[in-house]
Amino acid sequence: MTPVSPQLLTSESPPLASNRGEEGTAGSRDDWRRTGTILTHRRWLGIMGVLVAASVATCILCLRFGATPVDLATLLVVAKQWVGLGGAEGDGVGTAATIMMHIRLPRVLMGFVIGGSLAAVGVTLQALLRNPLADPYVLGVSSGAALGAALAMLLGIGASMILLPVLPLCGFAGGLLALLLIYRLAQSQGRLPVHSLLLAGVILNAILTALIMFITSIMEPNRSAGLMAWLMGSLTAPGYPALGVLVGYAVLVLAIVMHKAHALNVLTLGEETARSLGIETERIKKQLFVLTALLTGAVVSVSGMIGFVGMVVPHAVRLVVGSDHRLLLPASALVGGMFLVISDTIARTLLAPAEIPVGIVTALAGGPFFLYLLLWRKDRML
Amino acid sequence: MAVACSSGTAMQVDRVSFRYRTDQPGRPWTVEDLSFDVRAGEVLGVVGPNGSGKSSLLKLLAGLLRPSSGQIRLGSQSIGHIDSHLLARSIAVVPQEYVQVFPFTVAETVLMGRFPHRRGSWWGMGIGDESEHDLRQAHQAMVETDVVALAGRLVSDLSGGERQRVMIARALAQEPVILLLDEPMAFLDINHQIEICALISRLQRERQLTVVLVSHDLNVASQSCDRVMMLKNGRIVQIGSPMETITPESLRAVYGCDVVVDAHPYSGRPRVTMPA
Repeated sequence: MTPVSPQLLTSESPPLASNRGEEGTAGSRDDWRRTGTILTHRRWLGIMGVLVAASVATCILCLRFGATPVDLATLLVVAKQWVGLGGAEGDGVGTAATIMMHIRLPRVLMGFVIGGSLAAVGVTLQALLRNPLADPYVLGVSSGAALGAALAMLLGIGASMILLPVLPLCGFAGGLLALLLIYRLAQSQGRLPVHSLLLAGVILNAILTALIMFITSIMEPNRSAGLMAWLMGSLTAPGYPALGVLVGYAVLVLAIVMHKAHALNVLTLGEETARSLGIETERIKKQLFVLTALLTGAVVSVSGMIGFVGMVVPHAVRLVVGSDHRLLLPASALVGGMFLVISDTIARTLLAPAEIPVGIVTALAGGPFFLYLLLWRKDRML
Repeated sequence: MAVACSSGTAMQVDRVSFRYRTDQPGRPWTVEDLSFDVRAGEVLGVVGPNGSGKSSLLKLLAGLLRPSSGQIRLGSQSIGHIDSHLLARSIAVVPQEYVQVFPFTVAETVLMGRFPHRRGSWWGMGIGDESEHDLRQAHQAMVETDVVALAGRLVSDLSGGERQRVMIARALAQEPVILLLDEPMAFLDINHQIEICALISRLQRERQLTVVLVSHDLNVASQSCDRVMMLKNGRIVQIGSPMETITPESLRAVYGCDVVVDAHPYSGRPRVTMPA
């Protein structure tokens, strides 16, 4: 966490000396810094603090729900045992502990990491393409990653995922190819008009989906059923090592993208203006395209195609915290994590003991939101 | 990082030619064999018909395009050899049009002008990079362009004139020595054109700023510039005071049509109107 430098807390700042006469009163001159018009340390810490607390609370609450409901008291006992404080070995606590620690907790954590990754990828792509509708799913990046992973599965080289992460790497390759293709397709005269971007995404999605369906059709039936379930976007309870690999990808990519967050702000001014402010736009774009494809590949190879998280979450977060990527990026990651954990809880409890793929839940929540943006908020998009 | 202008020359353009790389070898130069000085503290207007190379010249001066041949010097250094973030501390560019699709506030946008001066640490991740000096400079720029009252508004909600002033404030926050403006009044109503004109001369006076102003509007150039450079097909036709350059003869040579040029009733500078 960043240390707070006191001079940046606005209430302690000395009044400004204005060279051009005495405009306004002493109070009004500093107003622009008080009213949340710019990002300060205090605002960053406040919002992030609230979101971290909310994330922890959401994860704990969602642990309760599932095919076997566990009440909060049992949860507390399990938690106590886990941290080594002991506690009564009551009836059912043993089973509950197994369900908690080996099924629900890893699944909730994975949901959180995947949701957060998708939201962060969405924010990054939106800034790079200067388009608030950009989303790995809508643009076909997820499909590309899925095709890469499906190919690896078809060829039977996906088995050794943990030690040699073949599946995520194939997903990465597919996602990156799709991203570069979409960028080339949609670009005209140095710009990326929103309509050509979406159109290119639709077409690319159709082609990639057809290829994935082709792979499914030539697989043995029992394997293709598994592939289909994965494609629809579903979370399973991963082993802790697999979870660790995913967390590794997410932390690495997020740390680097966070480091570029300030530059992302400037990039939204337009590419030439960003260059005139000393940003090497080509280099940053290449780096971030590769990183977002890497994270998308890792996420898709684990959870399939979970759509709209990358678009809905950043949009909602922007309305509340503003557009500064230094706050928007980490805040969207946390909210995206919460969004997917809640969606997944709905997915596994709605028809319990049967489960519906979480991708269906997010698509049903996000799709209409997407349409709303497209139809009624045109002014903000072009 | 102020560049010394002891010679009175802010920038030197020395036999610069440029054409876009995608052009076929046989195609004419976008800008051909230009040599001129930008004098320290002057407002230099660049006029000429569409496609005469005005905007390309501005991008060359900004270092956004590299000359195919020739050199552009800032002080004693060729701008191709200056690190891009150092260059951004000397030269600021205001583009013709600015579209913001994300809800950034005016204050946030102006503060982006401080980016070339940032001194962030890796672990700080840029949060609160803005120092007291950065905030003061941004505020000063907003005062000068009269957008302080808009600080908390979203840039996307502003009118064209307000947005243009915000972009000039963003450029001023860079603390530049030279300000490059690309058609700053192209999409503005007359009242906002007057505002921007007044702003430019105030900046020249109070900040001793050197301004290069590209405009297709001859009257804007005549009223607000110390010198005017007329381009045609990428070549300089004339450069000099508005009195010398904006004449019926030179306009016929550049635009191929007859116009009426008389004296402005207040400033006495050339005024161009359509015949009859």
